[in-house]
Amino acid sequence: MTASIPITPEIVAEHGLSPEEYARIQKLLKRDPNLVELGIFSAMWSEHCSYKSSRPHLKTLPTEGPRVIQGPGENAGVVDIGDGLAVVFKIESHNHPSFIEPHQGAATGVGGIMRDVFTMGARPIALLDSLRFGDPDHEKTRYLLNGVVKGIADYGNCVGVPTVGGDIYFDACYNGNILVNVFCLGLAKADRIFLGNASGIGNALLYVGSKTGRDGIHGASMASAEFDDATEEKRPTVQVGDPFTEKLLLEACLEIMKEDWVVGVQDMGAAGLSSSSFEMAERAGMGLELDLDAVPQREAGMNAYELMLSESQERMLFVVEKGHEDEALAIFKKWDLDVAVIGRVTDDGIYRARENGEEVVTLPIEAVVTGALKCDRPVQKPAYLAEVGTLDLSSKEIPARGGEVLKQLLASPTIASKQFVYEQYDHMVRLNTLVLPGSDAAVLRVPETDKALSLAVDCNPRYGYLDPYIGAQIAVAEACRNVVCSGADPVGVTNCLNFGNPENPEIMWQFQEAVRGLGDLCRFFDIPVVSGNVSLYNETKGEAIYPTPTIAVVGLMEDRSLHCTQGFKQAGHRIGLLGSTLEDLGGSEYQKLFWNELRGQPPVLDPKTERAVQRLCLDLIRQRLIQSAHDCSEGGLAVALAESCFTGPKPLGADLVLNSGMRADALLFGESQSRIVISFSEDALPSIESLAQKAGVPFAALGTAGGSKFQIRIDGNEFINEDILALEDIWENSLSRYGNRVAG
Amino acid sequence: MKCGIVVFPGSNCDHDCYHILKHVLQLDTQWIWHKDETLDTFDFIVLPGGFSYGDYLRPGAIARFSPIMKSVIDFANRGGRVLGICNGFQILVESGLLPGVLMDNEGQRFICKNLTLRVDNNNTPFTSQCAPGAVLKIPINHGQGRYFADEETLKQLEGNGQIIFRYCDEEGKTPETANPNGSIDHIAGVANANKNVMGMMPHPERCADPLWPEVDGQTIFNSLIQSSLAHS
Repeated sequence: MTASIPITPEIVAEHGLSPEEYARIQKLLKRDPNLVELGIFSAMWSEHCSYKSSRPHLKTLPTEGPRVIQGPGENAGVVDIGDGLAVVFKIESHNHPSFIEPHQGAATGVGGIMRDVFTMGARPIALLDSLRFGDPDHEKTRYLLNGVVKGIADYGNCVGVPTVGGDIYFDACYNGNILVNVFCLGLAKADRIFLGNASGIGNALLYVGSKTGRDGIHGASMASAEFDDATEEKRPTVQVGDPFTEKLLLEACLEIMKEDWVVGVQDMGAAGLSSSSFEMAERAGMGLELDLDAVPQREAGMNAYELMLSESQERMLFVVEKGHEDEALAIFKKWDLDVAVIGRVTDDGIYRARENGEEVVTLPIEAVVTGALKCDRPVQKPAYLAEVGTLDLSSKEIPARGGEVLKQLLASPTIASKQFVYEQYDHMVRLNTLVLPGSDAAVLRVPETDKALSLAVDCNPRYGYLDPYIGAQIAVAEACRNVVCSGADPVGVTNCLNFGNPENPEIMWQFQEAVRGLGDLCRFFDIPVVSGNVSLYNETKGEAIYPTPTIAVVGLMEDRSLHCTQGFKQAGHRIGLLGSTLEDLGGSEYQKLFWNELRGQPPVLDPKTERAVQRLCLDLIRQRLIQSAHDCSEGGLAVALAESCFTGPKPLGADLVLNSGMRADALLFGESQSRIVISFSEDALPSIESLAQKAGVPFAALGTAGGSKFQIRIDGNEFINEDILALEDIWENSLSRYGNRVAG
Repeated sequence: MKCGIVVFPGSNCDHDCYHILKHVLQLDTQWIWHKDETLDTFDFIVLPGGFSYGDYLRPGAIARFSPIMKSVIDFANRGGRVLGICNGFQILVESGLLPGVLMDNEGQRFICKNLTLRVDNNNTPFTSQCAPGAVLKIPINHGQGRYFADEETLKQLEGNGQIIFRYCDEEGKTPETANPNGSIDHIAGVANANKNVMGMMPHPERCADPLWPEVDGQTIFNSLIQSSLAHS
């Protein structure tokens, strides 16, 4: 049997454990582990499960606030939204599997994050996806884009949870490591939140969901190593999703959670049965006895090692009070799910698992869960920063006309409309989606109340490359700005920190700086970070991705009738800009597209200015003074103005006049932060001017919506004059033309 | 007035249909579980959208064998009104209550978006409240909605007025660009010969709550209510 194989240094190394870690295991156990036990340590002490590199930094994040019901450490974070309701949300990565097998990798990412949310007793009501792909011209990019999008669609659509938004960037830094970060939000009663807790001696451990197969064994370890040429061979470690079972599991779980004899529940995610059962027992300070022969199995002959480490999808572990086992079994059987009592809670803190009557695992639970060696990884400021930190604009030619530049920016897959993608997702099911995808933030009504939720996700990796501290701050600021533009107050943050190999001190420095930026800005804005996920080792053959601290922000509006969208609503409306424009060309899409470089400093972010602009925007929306609000981001002011022209009820042209001594390209295509394009009827102008002045926020009236042309004059000279429908066609269809092109 | 919504494992628009019928239109609305073998008396029943049995094998191919389907077929054969939406339409086709087949969308991709339909027969229990040739704004949400039937069947459908909805542009015309999935003759919804069973790919329940700017879906449910009142 697997339990009797002697442990050699080679076997230890194959399990991704260092000699020091193995010595620690021997010390903790006061004996050698058997192979099953070694496998459990390998998974539980992997970076993916133990957060050994990241935890010391994550501890610095602000996680508390008056609305916080549950912060980090459980399956998802929970925030009170009043009326006895709470939102449960988290974002999680599925990067490594999605690169190896985009369809199943992305699909199971969606499945996993949904389980994290309904495990807590919440019905999932929205998904967002933050995706990063390589250079559009790279040979694998189109295949990966189409595969990931289809994977998300196949899974989310089938389960019936709408995918209401997200963001997509393309950059060569992701050629060998794409990112698939999936966010899910659920709605629960604030006093019916379930935790992953195995308490109560004698209570039953219930396995429910799909049968256990041999798929995904060591997925957690795969996610804790870099890629190399043999990566393709790892395809068998990618799990296969079954959204139909997930849907049944979702309905069955929500049904059983109405009962008061449900003690605790956890999803079997990374490291499967091991992590879920060990973590539940550890939180309660209890022990467990398991009979592995009772685990529902997909094929004959599976051994204890495989059963403990399989990452087969759509499985959950429940603890129910002794005496209610039959009722629990009946509910799951009604939904045609496999279910079995596989163990009991004990009080001695020891984990015992039997296979064919023989005890094959005997481990102290606390030592396994919390005993991983803490890694105080060294940090070092990366050498590249000195090289790329400066940008000499004096040598750069300023284009005489801006029309062609604008067209190329609108055609860039990072900027172009994502309609091609979101039309493949069911974004309407459950009838909550008030603002469909394509505006700054998705807005969902909260059923049976007047409230609405606003959701946005953001991260510009190029800013993070130039300065990870500022890059992370801008990610938070922009996601909040998106939520504010829709009319909501940000109430909670979740983050997915995607970085390269933490064993490289320069990567660890990027990580440290990004977490510091995230924490500082969240503290300044007073928004708690309630959940999160870390994905390290995103590098291939030594090439790391740019630091990508993806931030999702959840906003709340008390009166959903006060929601706002980005499109200009009717001809004759005036157009204005909140905030000021600086010469911020470092890290811009313009710089990349026309100068083919990435250097300089990222845009300036002044937290006080950012807060003032956001508060003013909310005031203007709530006093019904403005008809649209749109954040200026990639592509700068010109792109933001054009997008507002395209996305109203009907496309509208615009006649705009700008005055400035600044370089025309910086003025129109630079990516200065803390700017919002608004539109309003003429009679609101004096009120807006006066409120802006009071708030200390620069405000400029730029022109008027209407007509068939998109015209911008700078200091009296025509700079852009293009047919609005021609621009719209470029923006709306570029990504679809790219995605539908036949390779070759 | 009493209506029922059949819940198959994997139905996911069942709650949305329930919300419209029960809360918006204030009807006595009941769930019908797929494992049930008998049906109560209903004025009409709805087979909702979703992915019954995960759409494994073929959409609707497994759901048609659900215990409840025998009663649904009996109900329909006795003249009971049955509305199938999206996956419900696929189940009705698979179970032989409606002619034709629904294949993968022409572009091989799932499509979720708002579009326009033309009412090509308003003399049915499902469309009696629509003006002839009316253009309705109703969203679609499917990966397998490309309707197909052979030439002879199409001739019969056309002759009997069984083609109820066609995808069209905002003026009610049917250029190729107004066909989202490659359906033959732009067909979006068909009825049986007696017009008491209808299936449609678009989702009227998604635009029937006055909370949203578009409520064209209500006319289909209102037609069902009016015709049921006239019938009883």
